[in-house]
Amino acid sequence: MNTTILEARHINKYFHDPVTVKVLNDINFVIKKEEFISVIGKSGCGKSTLLYILSTMDTDFEGELLIDNETMGNKKEKELAQVRNKKIGFIFQFHYLLNEFTVLRNVMLPGLKLGSHSEKEVEERAMQKLTMLDIQHLAKKNAKQLSGGEKQRVAIARALINDPDIIMGDEPTGNLDKKNREIVFDIFKRLAYEYHQTLLIVTHDQELTGISSRTIEMEDGRIIRQ
Amino acid sequence: MNLKLLISIAKSLLVARFRQTMIAAIGVTFSITMFITLLSFMAGLNDMLDGLIVNRTPHIRLFNEIKPNEVQPVLISEQYKGHYNFIHSIKSESSRQDIYNSAAVMTALKEDERVFGISPKINAQVFYNDGIVDITGVLNGIDAQAEKKLFHFGDYVTSGSALDIKNISNSIILGKALAEKLHANIGDMIQVITIKGDRFPLKLVGLYESGLRDFDKTQGFASINTTQKILGKANNYITDIQVKLNDISKAPSIAKEYTAKFGTEAEDIQTANSQFETGSFIRTLISYAVGITLLIVAGFGIYNILNMMIYEKMDTIAILKATGFAGRDVKTIFLLIALSIGIAGGFLGLLLGFGLSSVIDQVPFKTAALPTIKTYPVQYNPKFYLIGAVFSIITTYMAGLFPARKASKIDPVIIIRGK
Repeated sequence: MNTTILEARHINKYFHDPVTVKVLNDINFVIKKEEFISVIGKSGCGKSTLLYILSTMDTDFEGELLIDNETMGNKKEKELAQVRNKKIGFIFQFHYLLNEFTVLRNVMLPGLKLGSHSEKEVEERAMQKLTMLDIQHLAKKNAKQLSGGEKQRVAIARALINDPDIIMGDEPTGNLDKKNREIVFDIFKRLAYEYHQTLLIVTHDQELTGISSRTIEMEDGRIIRQ
Repeated sequence: MNLKLLISIAKSLLVARFRQTMIAAIGVTFSITMFITLLSFMAGLNDMLDGLIVNRTPHIRLFNEIKPNEVQPVLISEQYKGHYNFIHSIKSESSRQDIYNSAAVMTALKEDERVFGISPKINAQVFYNDGIVDITGVLNGIDAQAEKKLFHFGDYVTSGSALDIKNISNSIILGKALAEKLHANIGDMIQVITIKGDRFPLKLVGLYESGLRDFDKTQGFASINTTQKILGKANNYITDIQVKLNDISKAPSIAKEYTAKFGTEAEDIQTANSQFETGSFIRTLISYAVGITLLIVAGFGIYNILNMMIYEKMDTIAILKATGFAGRDVKTIFLLIALSIGIAGGFLGLLLGFGLSSVIDQVPFKTAALPTIKTYPVQYNPKFYLIGAVFSIITTYMAGLFPARKASKIDPVIIIRGK
């Protein structure tokens, strides 16, 4: 129960354009398995920046990042892509789905990329995830035809496809109306407490802090409370 | 597995922007079509122009050149052996113009299995007389049958029949331009005056048109017997032996061999007409240059469209990367798109190129200069199609490479945060 999934050690990050600004200042924390963590803070406090570092997409930082007790610092771009594929599920604020594909195919893509199951198995798993989120009826639809809330649910299904160690979300409810927000909250609750999925969600939403197991509060690039 | 997935993603992106990719493919199709057509047409034209020369030029010509003897008396003298001998003002010897022992040479040539056929010839300077004007010209004594078989003589006799000079005694075929100058029609008597001043009346039985009007202004053709009679020579008098080989490319080496064997000059076609090879080479070079330019322009079209596609698909690329696709995968996807545009467009271009060149092949093309040509000449050479196919793939690959590399380097963080 107390296995460490993700660990940040002394992470510093600078923006160099137009002048050098320190955006993250000595960030240290540990995420244990099955934790549901919300990261809150004002706009510009560096919480999204931190998330992109933790997601391995941003490699330009000082300090050490360990995912599943493996250090990410000396990995190549291709290896980092594999880590993202296998161990991290990502949910964005705006960028949900690939419009060129059907819903099912969107969910399947990361699974196909991982390649540890046959195409047929991946399809079955994708259907399972869609059913779990109660959107199996959308499977054959084109991604373009969906509403924002539906798209975000499909994106959550996609994040789940490879049974990742951790799901990261960047303001996943930031662009949704009240009803859809509640649906997404429900999903997060179910994922965290029914399916014991580790979650790390960056948000403005005070309500989310209410349902998470731990809240990290940031200000001016530092963690002020965790 | 991975490649299959990337192909399916590339396909979906292609289908999503079907019209754009169609336009890129049409660019390739057009350039390949023009490339094939241009080269086929140009090669056909080269063949025709070469044919003008090659068809009626012997592969090897045996003759005696008027030139100084290479072995001068002083070189034979025992007394001056081992000295450097400088001789000034050497003059050509007054040697005979006809080929020595021509009958034996011809028998030997006929037995040589590399030889396709031979045709003896007499070259004589004469004057064609028109009232008080004498026109300088050449009288060719030829074996009409051999000439017709080996050098398509019959094709160039536009009025009358080539064999008439053989069948009708004391007859002549004149270049059309020369006959016009002499105001002579078929059936008229022509006065031929030899250098020695002897005058012979010959009956005009045909007109000859080579396609080179200046050449036609001087030429007359009579049978060998008639020519010998005019020149007052015996019936073994032959100045040239024209040889046609089975393999034209061996002409230079065989010519050297004959020089040594028969003691005459032997000139091969490659040496005699090197300027035509140069002409053909330059024409081919120009058509390749134009063709490849077309392809490069099409390449820029593909480059543009892929670049635009990458800007449009920034989101897609970012999501793919965020969900675990590496830069290399993204690059492969865009290269696949470029290559499928190139392959589809190129293949269609090859087909259309073949179609267009066969249409050109059917277009009537008649010119007085080239009596044997009825339609525009086109050469169907698989080599052009191969080059076209290879080049369409190479240019589209190169055109796709830079946008694909750019796509692979897109930073997903910037895109995802950017909105």
